[in-house]
Amino acid sequence: MTTNAQGAVDYSTKIPNNVGLNDDQRVLKALEQWHPGYIDWWMTMGPEGFQTSDVYLRTAISIGPKGWAKFDYVKMPEYRWGILLAPQDESRMVNFGAHKGEKAWQEVPGEYRAMLRRLVVIQGDTEPASVEQQRHLGKTAPSLYDMRNLFQVNVEEGRHLWAMVYLLHKYFGRDGREEADGLLQRRSGDLDKPRMLGAFNESTPDWLSFFMFTFFTDRDGKMQLESLAQSGFDPLSRTCRFMLTEEAHHMFVGETGVGRTIERTCEAMKAAGIEDPYDINRVRALGVVDLPTLQKKANLHFSLSLDLFGSEVSTNAANFYNSGLKGRFNETRLDDDHLLTSATYPVLKFVDGAIRMVDEPALTAINMRLRDDYVKDCQGGVSRWNRIIEKAGIKFQLTLPSVAFNRAIGEFRNIHASPEGQLLSDGEWAARKDEWLPSKDDGAFIESLMKPCWDRGKYAGWISPPKVGIDSKPGDFEYVKIAVS
Amino acid sequence: MSDTTDKPAAPARIDFETAPERYKHWRIAVDGPVAELILDVDENATLRPGYQLKLNSYDLGVDIELADAVQRLRFEHPGVKVVVLRSGKDRVFCAGANIRMLAGSSHAHKVNFCKFTNETRFAMEDASAGSGQRYLCAIQGTAAGGGYELALACDEIILADDGNSSVSLPELPLLAVLPGTGGLTRVTDKRKVRRDRADVLCTLEEGLKGKRAADWRVVDQVVPRSRMDAAVREAAARLAAQSDRPSDVEGIKLTPLKRASDGGTVTYSSLRVEIDRPARRATLVILGPEAAPPADAAAMQCEGAAFWPLRLSRELDDALLDLRTNERDLGTLVFKSAGDPARVLAYDAFLEANSAHWLAREILHQWKRVLKRIDLTSRSLVALVEPGSCFAGTLAEIVLACDRSFMLIGTEKGDNRAATTMALSPLNFGAYPMSNGLTRLATRFLGEPESVEAARAAIGSTLDAEACEEAGLVTIAYDTIDYADEVRIFLEERASFSADGLTGLEANLRFAGPETMETKVFGRLTAWQNWIFQRPNAIGPDGALKRYGSGVKADFDPERV
Ligand SMILES: [Fe+2]
Ligand SMILES: [Fe+2]
Repeated sequence: MTTNAQGAVDYSTKIPNNVGLNDDQRVLKALEQWHPGYIDWWMTMGPEGFQTSDVYLRTAISIGPKGWAKFDYVKMPEYRWGILLAPQDESRMVNFGAHKGEKAWQEVPGEYRAMLRRLVVIQGDTEPASVEQQRHLGKTAPSLYDMRNLFQVNVEEGRHLWAMVYLLHKYFGRDGREEADGLLQRRSGDLDKPRMLGAFNESTPDWLSFFMFTFFTDRDGKMQLESLAQSGFDPLSRTCRFMLTEEAHHMFVGETGVGRTIERTCEAMKAAGIEDPYDINRVRALGVVDLPTLQKKANLHFSLSLDLFGSEVSTNAANFYNSGLKGRFNETRLDDDHLLTSATYPVLKFVDGAIRMVDEPALTAINMRLRDDYVKDCQGGVSRWNRIIEKAGIKFQLTLPSVAFNRAIGEFRNIHASPEGQLLSDGEWAARKDEWLPSKDDGAFIESLMKPCWDRGKYAGWISPPKVGIDSKPGDFEYVKIAVS
Repeated sequence: MSDTTDKPAAPARIDFETAPERYKHWRIAVDGPVAELILDVDENATLRPGYQLKLNSYDLGVDIELADAVQRLRFEHPGVKVVVLRSGKDRVFCAGANIRMLAGSSHAHKVNFCKFTNETRFAMEDASAGSGQRYLCAIQGTAAGGGYELALACDEIILADDGNSSVSLPELPLLAVLPGTGGLTRVTDKRKVRRDRADVLCTLEEGLKGKRAADWRVVDQVVPRSRMDAAVREAAARLAAQSDRPSDVEGIKLTPLKRASDGGTVTYSSLRVEIDRPARRATLVILGPEAAPPADAAAMQCEGAAFWPLRLSRELDDALLDLRTNERDLGTLVFKSAGDPARVLAYDAFLEANSAHWLAREILHQWKRVLKRIDLTSRSLVALVEPGSCFAGTLAEIVLACDRSFMLIGTEKGDNRAATTMALSPLNFGAYPMSNGLTRLATRFLGEPESVEAARAAIGSTLDAEACEEAGLVTIAYDTIDYADEVRIFLEERASFSADGLTGLEANLRFAGPETMETKVFGRLTAWQNWIFQRPNAIGPDGALKRYGSGVKADFDPERV
């Protein structure tokens, strides 16, 4: 953010935008009042220790092919957080629900104001939350490349927050402004002002957690954005469509991060002649993360992320869909009536002491359906990880645990199940859960690996270098010029 | 909602008796002067099949336990000065009455359910106002609809300020009905929330949280979650200091009622309910005390739940609830009594003399509530005052509560029971106000205060039938030639009228005089709600209740009536 001669931020020109901010005095004024709080939040809750470093970041300055990925060194607090929406399509319709076939709404319909606001606030709350969760990770970055990727994710989550705040300021009046302030007041993991969703109050203590988080939890974000991108409220749809381009990078960071960890482990095992992936002590002695521990991490992050989809059968989700506010993944490509008033959808439920499929009205099973699409999407990445292991000739497969495993929300919240989906007593669960979820010891081991590696072109011993650099930069490129403070 | 199921094939009898060891949804934890009353609903322990009590929502079964808890806290825990009402669940306080339960219930069940829950909310307020047992509500999580109304029945509400905890009355926007448990009245009359703000609250599905909730007085305090326990402790200590309840006193055990039923007659220890199904009538025969009152308060406490006035009040209460809920076709309730009126007066005198004793005070308030329950029972209420009866003092209130009362002059040939009389005691002049805040006598004689004074002058006198008629205590007195026939004809005529018409008529005539929160809730709110509950916008095939949960929006008829 630059300042003009009077020292005040000139918002009308310095915020990259394609929403005609210059001419929108009302939103400009609201953003002016919100912005100092945002910067304050970024300085206190953003990446710790690197606010004055030059980071090689991508900035979106317009939505055209040339403008959405400008790379340059920038100090993070000066990042140009913009407000960019996918281009407007004049002929766009509401494509599902009771209003199907009407022209897409450019203003908030009064009757859906509260519902829409809630959707925007819930989505908005996740954006700063992950920045808060990840704020200590810079210190232990395994390379400048990874550090840069972390910060790229962070500034983009910041931009996503801006995107949601713009909607709140632009379309939701005074309540919207209050909610926008609330987004800066809640804090991940804070007892008094927690973030709204459970997984965003968990800690991200190490880089493996960060990679798992960006793979599993940002992917929930992707699915949510995909379904909001279908919204009949056009500005929300356009906002989310543009956010998805950035979200794809976050998942790239997660998938390749875990993939490179696997690669390094396999390489080290082979070099040491270790064939048995369960020979954990010997593998760990090599300074790499053993595959069973990676499985535990995946189990944890997958199950936490499933909770973000809410109850399998949900009146709220049905209302959102029927009102045309939040659709299904790939809604317009699905071949059905897009009304769902008479369709059913199979839902995995806990009925009479057993886990089984029950047909539910499709409208109320919207969350379940999105979650199914999510699981499929996750499975794709897990399969690619398994190919790395396979290529190394190690007999081990990573798997996604049962959706009944380790759940706090929905059908399975009151039961215990193994990753295979077998029901367990409280006693069995307590006795065996360390087999499936990271234990204290596992955490301590991973932490012991988290030593910073900040030399250009160098990588910590537990992770392989990437195949190609960011923006096609060479291997020893200085992605972060660390400022000595 | 399907009103075709108004009379389900063979509905299981709903039992209003329970005890803490049988609770499925509540826990009571007593710690000196403070008790915690914790709502932790077992979602599968429903009264009827077809719904789950998610998010700490309630059905009649949950409320029966609450009513029992409120009652036991008063009698079994005299030392408890503050009851802290809170949720046993993490992110939800209470989601109110279960919507699927409501949608699947008959109109009659809904109305009865609302009435009972309302009576219980007023019982909480009565505990505070009448016997110094204050209620403090600690809300962590969402309190929606009936959940917030539960909080409104408390003296104070503390709301966690955590971005999630909120209070709301979403009935109108969500279900096209009204908050049915006094929410509207308590927001404006008790908490004195400005009417336009109340309007905002009641149309805002997500409700209010944080500072605005306190600024608008919908709660008393908002405190950070980490300060919640301390704030509750402080408020509890402050409220306890205002209480006049005794310390270090043992309570009495509310032992199970002795109740036997053979289908036609329900027999309690001091009450008999005789059911005449063809005539659609139940006769409640109240049995006077078997012995003189105990020597002193300590002896009363020794008798405990067996002490006649307490025992009878509990039995009468149970019988009324049973008749209301399980015997909906019995349109007329006839009250009779048998016993020694002098002994009844002796018990009145005993209670009055010991009214400073905690237990006597509780019993007087209990009678007040049971008598109100009679007033609010939507059946034709008839008193038959006959030879050998004991409608004196407290029991005379029952005659005064009835829509019509008949008294026999003299005795039939061959009847050697005592001649028919009534008598009044000082308790008829203030101990048992109706929901309008007036005594039954003052309400009865609203236009003739001199009649109240005349009745007061007759305290303690034995009044024969002519004197009672003269004093206006009964509708009419007949001699032996006419009595049986007149009563028969009256009862047959009554049974021939429309049940709905009678319910409306009686409810309008019973509560002359001023409005109170109670009359507003049981009159205005209930009438509107019961109307809305019948309208297509709520219960039609495209109405909001019917469509709730389907995701499909209700289709409203825009016509204003
Ligand atoms: Fe994001
Ligand atoms: Fe993201």
